[in-house]
Amino acid sequence: MTATPWEKTTDGTAWEGFGGGLWRDAIDVRDFVQHNHVPYEGDSSFLTGPTERTTAVWRKLLGMFPDERNRGIYDVDTHTPSRIDAFAPGYIDEERDLIVGLQTDAPLKRAIMPNGGWRMVESALAAYGYEPDPAVREIYTRLRKTHNDGVFDAYTPEIRACRSAGIITGLPDAYGRGRIIGDYRRVALYGVDRLIEDKQAAKAGADAQWPTEDVIREREETAEQIKALCELKAMAATYGHDISRPAATGREAVQWLYFGYLAAVKEQNGAAMSIGRIDAFLDIYLRRDIESGILDEQQAQELIDDFVIKLRIVRFLRTPEYNELYSGDPTWVTWSLAGIGEDGRPLVSRTTFRALQTLYNLGPAPEPNLTVFWSPGLPRGFKEFASRVAIDTSALQFESDDLMRPKYGDDTAIACCVSAMAVGKQMQFFGARVNVAKALLYAINGGRDELTGKTVVAGFEPVEGEYLDYATVAERYDAMLEWLAETYVHALDVIHYMHDKYAYERIEMALHDRTVLRTMACGIAGLSVAADSLSALKYARVRAIRDETGLVTGYETEGTYPAYGNNDDRADRFAEDIVHAFMQKVRKHPTYRGAVHTQSVLTITSNVVYGRKTGATPDGRPAGAPFAPGANPMNGRDEHGYIAAALSVAKLPYDDAEDGISLTNTITPDALGRTGRERIENLTGVLDGYVAGGGFHMNVNVLDRATLEDAMQHPEKHPQLTIRVSGYAVNFVRLTREQQLDVINRTFHGAL
Amino acid sequence: MAVPLGTEIPVRTPPLPGVTAQEAATPAAAVQHRPVAGSVHSWDLSTGVDGPGTRFVTFLAGCPLACLYCHNPDTWKMRDGKRVLADAMVAEAAKYEAFIRAAGGGATLSGGEPLLQPVFAGELLHRFKHELGLHTALDTSGYLGARATDALLRDTDLVLLDIKSWHPGLYKRLTGQRLRPTLDFARRLARLDTEVWVRFVLVPGLTDDPANIEGVATFAASLGNVTRVDVLPFHKLGASKWDRLGMDFTLRDTPTPTASELATAREIFAGAGLTAV
Repeated sequence: MTATPWEKTTDGTAWEGFGGGLWRDAIDVRDFVQHNHVPYEGDSSFLTGPTERTTAVWRKLLGMFPDERNRGIYDVDTHTPSRIDAFAPGYIDEERDLIVGLQTDAPLKRAIMPNGGWRMVESALAAYGYEPDPAVREIYTRLRKTHNDGVFDAYTPEIRACRSAGIITGLPDAYGRGRIIGDYRRVALYGVDRLIEDKQAAKAGADAQWPTEDVIREREETAEQIKALCELKAMAATYGHDISRPAATGREAVQWLYFGYLAAVKEQNGAAMSIGRIDAFLDIYLRRDIESGILDEQQAQELIDDFVIKLRIVRFLRTPEYNELYSGDPTWVTWSLAGIGEDGRPLVSRTTFRALQTLYNLGPAPEPNLTVFWSPGLPRGFKEFASRVAIDTSALQFESDDLMRPKYGDDTAIACCVSAMAVGKQMQFFGARVNVAKALLYAINGGRDELTGKTVVAGFEPVEGEYLDYATVAERYDAMLEWLAETYVHALDVIHYMHDKYAYERIEMALHDRTVLRTMACGIAGLSVAADSLSALKYARVRAIRDETGLVTGYETEGTYPAYGNNDDRADRFAEDIVHAFMQKVRKHPTYRGAVHTQSVLTITSNVVYGRKTGATPDGRPAGAPFAPGANPMNGRDEHGYIAAALSVAKLPYDDAEDGISLTNTITPDALGRTGRERIENLTGVLDGYVAGGGFHMNVNVLDRATLEDAMQHPEKHPQLTIRVSGYAVNFVRLTREQQLDVINRTFHGAL
Repeated sequence: MAVPLGTEIPVRTPPLPGVTAQEAATPAAAVQHRPVAGSVHSWDLSTGVDGPGTRFVTFLAGCPLACLYCHNPDTWKMRDGKRVLADAMVAEAAKYEAFIRAAGGGATLSGGEPLLQPVFAGELLHRFKHELGLHTALDTSGYLGARATDALLRDTDLVLLDIKSWHPGLYKRLTGQRLRPTLDFARRLARLDTEVWVRFVLVPGLTDDPANIEGVATFAASLGNVTRVDVLPFHKLGASKWDRLGMDFTLRDTPTPTASELATAREIFAGAGLTAV
């Protein structure tokens, strides 16, 4: 750490110059932002490049990444179950780090977090050639129960069968559920002591109530939150910072906020550990320092660059099975940027630009998962800069601010890929997804698995006959989805009960309000396969190929059918109907803690694994072939370009998929225009058009197929090549070979 | 296997025989009497390659030229297209009107050679422009420019005019046809003050002779209505289509131009006072 003395150190001056009052009396970061944010309407010309210090720190890590890639992990501490204050301070470069703090005592060294499940820890260690510490094993196999143990105590045989058949998969029953965003800004704005006081008041409120199960749980959880806040303070103190008080400078604000986040990733290996909506907030501090002359633009950028370096090296120990589903070691440090306030003022600040600038200063990278809240009403200078960055780096995703703002307000952030939530006021119970394509095959086969022949679902009759009748299949499919929704919500209720019990997110929930809106985030995969299969059944003739037991194992599709992804209502309606119908069915079942039902159409990279576990489908897709990612149309069936495909996706009802709808586009540079300037203007126009047309999310890759092919052959030449997959970005060279091929084979929209 | 059927409308009436110039000049009126149909290869949404912005592009089937470097030889024959009513095409484009309005762009007729079907082309341009309020562009070799009525050109905001060579002999070798009609059409567009983007495909060893490029550049600059020149690199991405059609792609061994060759060609156009990209 460089030894710049902190300029201001008392509460009295920490809020000097800030306007507004409500946020002073109650924990209300949004109110603070609204009163102190000054929109930036200019262009990117003020931005600065990396300092020598920044480049030196980043180079040091770049030198370590190849080893990490080759070995799978760089290092792991097998002896210390992680918690907020479990490790001594660690640095990338103690002399040079501006923003300090690592998950363990050394960069890229991973920690074990056994509360989620011991088996996961042990199999992850084994995969990378490490032995678990026998003493730790003893604790988590004999003395202390884990989330994973609890879940399997309460799962039914039917749920277990679904899980192994692959019709319900990716469930967070052995690992941290994630997708909870602590309002890390609170640490900076209020200091930890004030947050503890607030939680003590909440505890007193619960103490005054009769101890029903809910009240007892609240008391225990609040007590845990207070302990976590104390540990957070202690952890920061080991780095020489007293965060009991509010941050007084821009540098402190970044540091305090990061400490809050760091505490979360020290204790939870949640699938997605997102950082929230922090650009306008941090900008208020940086601007105050710049105006008072204690900081210049170069230094402000340097702070953001150093912060982003830290976010880029968040690491979790995960199993090979997990990595197969969510490839490339993602952590989803999703940073929500820009957007427009409820009063119509853009929430774009210079710090929004600075965050994007890190992709130039440090080179492209998948994390943090930079997510631009897009609206046609954003300032032109920002829209063009964001488009330029997307074209140059393929590292941005865009989500419709116009769809989210009316539902969640203007202090909303994305957790993971496409899950919107009001920061500090809302959390979700992550539910992975069910395979609606496989469910169609179960409907046809009367509940027998098309790959194993085993009966997974009892009580269903197979569809008879050589040629399959659309109406009969549609009716059976509806019944099968009904069964699937019931079994799925049942499983999720069990999972989240146990997660709260054995792996509660103490620090993340300490940075939430006392009253929190919970959602039960269901999800579906295989949407385009299911929609096209129904279209084939209706518009073409589909012959069932049966084995000797009558099991349908293949299909012959005679004739043609309209396919989802061509902005053709005849086909798109099937996809809309599946989304709507499944949501309706999910809503019928009570949820743990009264969570509000939602669903997403998102696969991340699991489209490959889901495809592998699904037999041939009536749309003509062969057994084992990958699904399209997220809500994308199937590869090669979108014949009228990516905009027609995007408008098919935009028809999916957001009201029935409030947890998000993911679309990934891969476009060659030529297909956006002939000059750099034209490409920027055209991509800006495409994003405006998509959002205006009701589209929710778009990943934008601007790449040549040849670049990806070269990266497969010569990964060492492309260490930072970044590509957006459904909902996040990955280092292309860290994908499995199967997934690399899937990306390359996916529709490239080029100009011919 | 999955063939989208959105625009395939069976033709109820045969192609219109003997449409008079007058009828073609008032397409909106004509359609009230009998439906206009044409042969369409496909349609597509594209960005930045068929005129400015995001565009609804209708590829009309049939072309009188047979360019050696054609990347869409599957559009050469009118009979290989699908018979589509103008109504259906306009309805398809209407789905994108709001998107295009937000994104910026318009509608483009391409091909094939759209002026091989001047009545159908005129009808589409008229309705795209007046019913949907879209900016319209016509992508043409100009060889059949004489078939474009003044009314059709009034409904055309921008012409993307391919001038494939300045030397008539080379033009004939490249396309199988004469250069003269294209130049006549270019002069007519200048008289009508219709905006033109000239397109020139740079084929190493064929069109890259500086004198050839200078000829096109000097001519284009003299017109006064050419606002941009697209210097397009020859590429071989369409080679597989030639193979599929059982035709001989004679430029298989011709190299694609280097960045510096492209820059040199653009400099020649810029030297004539044109904006070349």
